Amino acid sequence: MLAAIFDWNLAVEAFPQLLVAFLKVTLLVTVVASLLSIILGLVWAIGLRQLPAWLGWPLRLFLDFVRMTPIPVQLLFVFYGVVVFRPRVDALIIGVIVFGVHYSTYMAESYRAGIESIRSGQWEAATALSLPATRTWRAVILPQAIRNTLPSLGNWTIAMFKDTPYLIFIHVAEMVTRAREFGGMKFSYIESFTIAGLIFLAASYPTAVLMRKLEKKLEY
Amino acid sequence: MSTDETTQASAAQQSEASPGIIFEGVVKRFGDHTVLNELNFHVGKGERVTLIGPSGSGKTTILRLLMTLEHLTGGYIYVDGEPLTHKKENGKRVELRAKQVAQTRKRIGMVFQQFNLFPNMSVMENIIEAPIHVLGKSKEEARGRAQQLLDQVGLGDRGDAHPTQLSGGQQQRVAIARALAMDPEIILLDEVTSALDPELVGDVLNVLRDLAATTDITMLIVTHEMQFAQDVSDRVLMFDGGKIIEDAKPDVMFSNPSNERTKEFLRAVL
Amino acid sequence: MTEFFSDFSTVLPRLISEGLSATVYSFLGGAVLMLIVAVLLGVAMHQGPKWLATLARIVVEIFRGTSLIVQLFWIFYVFPQLFAVDLGSLWSAIVALGLNYGAYGAEVVRGSLNAVPKGQWETTTALSMPWLTKMRRIIWPQAWALMLPGFNNLAVMLVKGTAAVGLVLLNDITFEANQARITNGVWAAFGAALLIYLVIALIVSTLFRWMERRAQHRLGLWVKAASTTKATAEAVA
Repeated sequence: MLAAIFDWNLAVEAFPQLLVAFLKVTLLVTVVASLLSIILGLVWAIGLRQLPAWLGWPLRLFLDFVRMTPIPVQLLFVFYGVVVFRPRVDALIIGVIVFGVHYSTYMAESYRAGIESIRSGQWEAATALSLPATRTWRAVILPQAIRNTLPSLGNWTIAMFKDTPYLIFIHVAEMVTRAREFGGMKFSYIESFTIAGLIFLAASYPTAVLMRKLEKKLEY
Repeated sequence: MSTDETTQASAAQQSEASPGIIFEGVVKRFGDHTVLNELNFHVGKGERVTLIGPSGSGKTTILRLLMTLEHLTGGYIYVDGEPLTHKKENGKRVELRAKQVAQTRKRIGMVFQQFNLFPNMSVMENIIEAPIHVLGKSKEEARGRAQQLLDQVGLGDRGDAHPTQLSGGQQQRVAIARALAMDPEIILLDEVTSALDPELVGDVLNVLRDLAATTDITMLIVTHEMQFAQDVSDRVLMFDGGKIIEDAKPDVMFSNPSNERTKEFLRAVL
Repeated sequence: MTEFFSDFSTVLPRLISEGLSATVYSFLGGAVLMLIVAVLLGVAMHQGPKWLATLARIVVEIFRGTSLIVQLFWIFYVFPQLFAVDLGSLWSAIVALGLNYGAYGAEVVRGSLNAVPKGQWETTTALSMPWLTKMRRIIWPQAWALMLPGFNNLAVMLVKGTAAVGLVLLNDITFEANQARITNGVWAAFGAALLIYLVIALIVSTLFRWMERRAQHRLGLWVKAASTTKATAEAVA
C-alpha cells in the first residue's frame, strides 16, 4: 500500500530542499539557542542559590511562568511585540531568543539538581579552607555539578531540537514548513512529511543514545 | 558407592520418608562464572538442613534456584518427586512450562534477608494477599489464619500497622508469617537475621526455633548464626567453591569436623 | 496602562469563550490516550517477551524521535491520502498528542517498573503470584507512585503541546489570541493567552501532585522527587 502511494521521484525531489532547510534553519537555531540556554540556565541556577530572597522569588516566578507556558504563544508574543518597534526584525533571531530562554528554565532545574547532588561536605570543606565564594563555585562545585548535569543538558537540547518546527508560527521557513509547502504544491504530503520525520529521527536518535551512554559512563 | 548414593543413604538415615528435595547434577553459571558445578544432594521430608560456608560458596544460589528466582543452567531439581523446572524426556533435558513450574513452586515458601514486605499494604494485608489471590481462600478464612500466625510470631496486635512502623525484627517476623500463610511444605530461610540489629536477632530466631519444634515443615537454612544452626538442624552441609565438602550432623560438624577447610571456616566464625 | 487593562478584559473572556474548548478537548483526549499508550508500551517494553519488547521499543523511538509537529501533520495530511481516513482536526490533534507524549510516558512507565526493588518482584515469585495479580496488586501500586512525578511533567508539557493544534485548523487559545492581536494589541492578546495556559498547567500540576502525595502516603513513604527533572529530560529526549 505504502509502495503504491509513496512516490519515490517526489521523495528524491523533496529531500535536498528539506535537507538544506534543516541545516540552514533547524540545526542553526538548535545550536545557537542551546548554547544560549546552557549559559542562561547556569546563570539562573546560581542566581536562585545566591540571590537575596527579594530578588530570588521574582526570578523563580519568572522561570516557572516561562516553563509552564507554550512556546508558540511566546514566539508570537515576542515576535509581534518586537515588530512594533522594529518592523524588519529577523524572525530567526526571535526564534533563537525564545527557544534559548524557554529551555534555559528547564536547564536551570537540571543544574539545580546537579548542584544539590553535591554532598554538603564539599561546601563545608571549602568553608574550612576559607575559599572565597567565587573560587568555591568555580573550582569545587561547578566541575562536579556540570558533570552530573551534562546528560540532562544534552537531553533538553534534543527536546528543543524537536520543538523547532514551532517556528512555523512566526513564518520562519524551517524544514517542516518547507515540507508542508512542498506537499501542498505537489498535492501529496506523504513523501515530504515522511522525509522530514526521518531527518529528525536520524539526527535525534543517535544523539539520544549517545546521551544515555554518557550518562551511564558518568555514573561511575 | 558413588557420591550420589552416599548422600542418598545419609538422607535416608535422617528421614524415613521419601526425599523432599533432590538436586541432581545441578549447574549454575552467571556468565562465565560457575557458581555450582554438578551438585548432588538430597533433603528428606521434614528434615532441617543448614547450609554453611564462606560467602560466594553458592549457598544462597541453591535457595534461589529452588524458589525459581534463578534460571537453572544444567541438571535437575525435584520437589517431592516432581521435577521443578526441567525434566528428563527420552534422555533429553526439557524445560517445563511456566504453569507446571508454578504448581510445584506453591509447595515452597521463602523468607528473605531484606524482609521485602509490600509497602502498599498493612501487615494483615501482606499476609492475606497471596492466600486470597493465589490459593483462592475466602477473606475470612485468610484473616483467621493470618491472625493465628501473627499471634504465633508475637505480633498479634500489629495487624493494622504499616510495615514502616515496625522494627526490622518485627518486619522479619511478619515476613515469616506471610510465608507460612501459604502452608508451604518447604520453607527456605535466606540469611534472615543478617540485616537485623544484633538485639533484634533473638526474637526472630526464637520464632523459627518454635516453628521447627512444632511443625514438620522441611527447612533449608542459610545462616551465620551457628548456635541456631546447631539447635534446629538435623544435618549441616559445608559448602566451599560450589561443592559440598562436608555433610554431617550438627554436633559432629561443630565439635569435630573432619575436613580441614571446615575447621578453618568454623574457627573464623565461631 | 488603562488601555491595556480594558483590552485585556475584553480579550480574556473572548479567548475563553471561543478558544478554550478546543484547547481543553485536545488536552483531555491527549492525556487519556497518553496514559493508555504509555502503560501499554511501557509494560510491553519491561515485561513483554523479546519480540514484543523490541517492537514496543521501536514504536517508542519513532514517536520520540520525529517531533510532535511532524506527527501532527502526518496524521492530518497523510492519513487521508494513505488510508482514506480523515480523522478531522480534533481527532488528528488528540491522536498526535496522545501518541507523542504517550511514547515519552512509556519511558517513564518502564523506568518506574525498573525502579521497584528487586526484592518485591522476587517475593511475588516466592508467593507464587500469577502475573496479573503480581502486577495489579504489588508492583503497579509501587510503580505508580514512582511514575506520577514524571507524568506530572509530561502533562504540563502536553498542555503546552496543545498550542500546536491550531496548525491543523483548530480554533484554540493560541489561534484566537493571534486573531485578537489585530484588534486588541499584542500585550493584551498574548498576555491573556499565556495566563490561561498557565492556569491550566497549574491546575493539572496541582492535581498530579495531590495524587502523588496520596500514592506515597499509601506506601508509607515520602520520597524526595529530586531526580524527577533528570528523568523527564531522559524521557523527552
